[in-house]
Amino acid sequence: MGARTRSFYVLATIFGAFVFFLYGPMFAVILLAFQGPDGGLTFPMNGVSLHWFADIFRPQSIGDIWGSFDRSIKLGMMVMLATVVISFLSGLAYRKRFRGSTVLFYVVIASLIMPSIVVSLGIGSMFELLGIERSWWSSAFGAHLTWTLPFGLLIMFAVFNRFDPAYEEAARDLGASGWQTIRHVVLPIVAPSLIGVALFGFTLSYDEIARTSQSVGALNTLPMELHAMQTNVTTPVIYALGAYTTALSLVVIGVSLSAVLLFRWRQRRHGSDADKGMV
Amino acid sequence: MERLSAWIAYLQALPLTLIFLVFFALPIALVVVVSFFDYQTYQILIPDFVLFNYEDVFSSSVTYQTYLITFRFCLMVWAITLVLGFTIAYFLAFHIRTITMQIVLFLLCTIPFWTSIVIRMIAWIPLLGRNGLVNKALLALGITDMPVEWLLYSEFAVVIGYVHLYTLFMIVPIFNSMMRIDGSLLEAATDAGANGWQTVWNVIVPLCKPGIAIGSIFVVAMVMGDFVTVNVLGGGQVASVGKAIAAELSYLQFPPAAANSMVLLGVVILLIMALMRFADVRKEL
Repeated sequence: MGARTRSFYVLATIFGAFVFFLYGPMFAVILLAFQGPDGGLTFPMNGVSLHWFADIFRPQSIGDIWGSFDRSIKLGMMVMLATVVISFLSGLAYRKRFRGSTVLFYVVIASLIMPSIVVSLGIGSMFELLGIERSWWSSAFGAHLTWTLPFGLLIMFAVFNRFDPAYEEAARDLGASGWQTIRHVVLPIVAPSLIGVALFGFTLSYDEIARTSQSVGALNTLPMELHAMQTNVTTPVIYALGAYTTALSLVVIGVSLSAVLLFRWRQRRHGSDADKGMV
Repeated sequence: MERLSAWIAYLQALPLTLIFLVFFALPIALVVVVSFFDYQTYQILIPDFVLFNYEDVFSSSVTYQTYLITFRFCLMVWAITLVLGFTIAYFLAFHIRTITMQIVLFLLCTIPFWTSIVIRMIAWIPLLGRNGLVNKALLALGITDMPVEWLLYSEFAVVIGYVHLYTLFMIVPIFNSMMRIDGSLLEAATDAGANGWQTVWNVIVPLCKPGIAIGSIFVVAMVMGDFVTVNVLGGGQVASVGKAIAAELSYLQFPPAAANSMVLLGVVILLIMALMRFADVRKEL
């Protein structure tokens, strides 16, 4: 490879401009969250303070932020767990042939393309007709799974496409049962990808609005609450909330990425965990 | 042993099948049914077989206008995200030489996705608003002597919002296609005397077709169904099909919303079928 050409610099500039475009608004919001108590929704800054961050914690100043935050986290965790388990099982199933696999695959992909509001309306109507109360942990949980599972399944396809079955054969030849093969051979190898699926599942659920809108019932999730708030909250408290939730997400992704890195490092250092415990 | 393993495959696929049966296939079938239902102010659903929900959709000039606006959004956002996404994917795939650097730059693009869509949309307000930074800059530079009103709560703002949200969905599949291109093909093109543009246009673009198609399907499907971006950045001024459905739902008018959804679904399916003709998406899976 030779020296950088002129096209490199042109493209690098475009890339830089795109990144600036992505981050610019966020920086504006985070900066404005530090407005003084008399500050408004726009620049210039009217003093600098933590007033609006404190305001988040005053119960009356905004809607049911903490309740919805709590629900969103719990729902995200539930969706994450279900997505990992179901995607993994389906990934295993798709390595063998089974009848109906093509139809099932197209249904799952259709869910990815289906306008979310249609899915939401369908689930809402179903609960309405059956006379079951809609709620974040039942109808919205199902709605979120129809959004996270297609991604999970596609990731598992990519993982198992690269998976060498010789490892499993070796395990079987050594007398491992089906369950032992999965527990001690397959799982450790695909574990980093499963963390990826988990992260995907959590974020997709944590930020989901359209599929939640008709399926959530009486108690909102955080994005729904924010969506409702943005029309009637006219103070920088909403920016403070944005800065706060962004920081939280960054902590979550930081922790998860470190977990992946730690896992890889440990694997390289100790080999697999094949000899640690019997299940 | 063979039969046992077949059974295990069914058992493993069972949870996925059940979830999509209960929360996808059945609800979609219900939307079809509900679109023929009657409704009243205090009762969301009255089982019946009426056609007036569809008659309303097709006889209203508002429907056609809304679809026209939504198509316009779709076309603009698709064109912008395609050009931008292709350029960035090209930069990452062919100009960044180490995988580590590629990962770092990718992460840089994904970090903004870790904050709520609503917050990301609201974030445009201090920039594009009447007293926003852009207007202040324009005034200070003497380009305008009055704040530009159409920056926020306008179709312009909505397009900006979409580009902000969806360009990444174009970058990833195109990048994925580009990484599969055999480097010797590019060398061959150069050896045969092709310049940079010719290589891009005659070698890379055709080989990226499946990626372009997948990215386009994502963008088109999401723009067609969106109501959040339109709500936040369009203010009350901008319409879209998704927003129309969401508005009907907020008045608890399920049957007309269902009829509208079926029409939207039909349109989205037609658009996607058109995109599938352009490239064999299955090659990418």
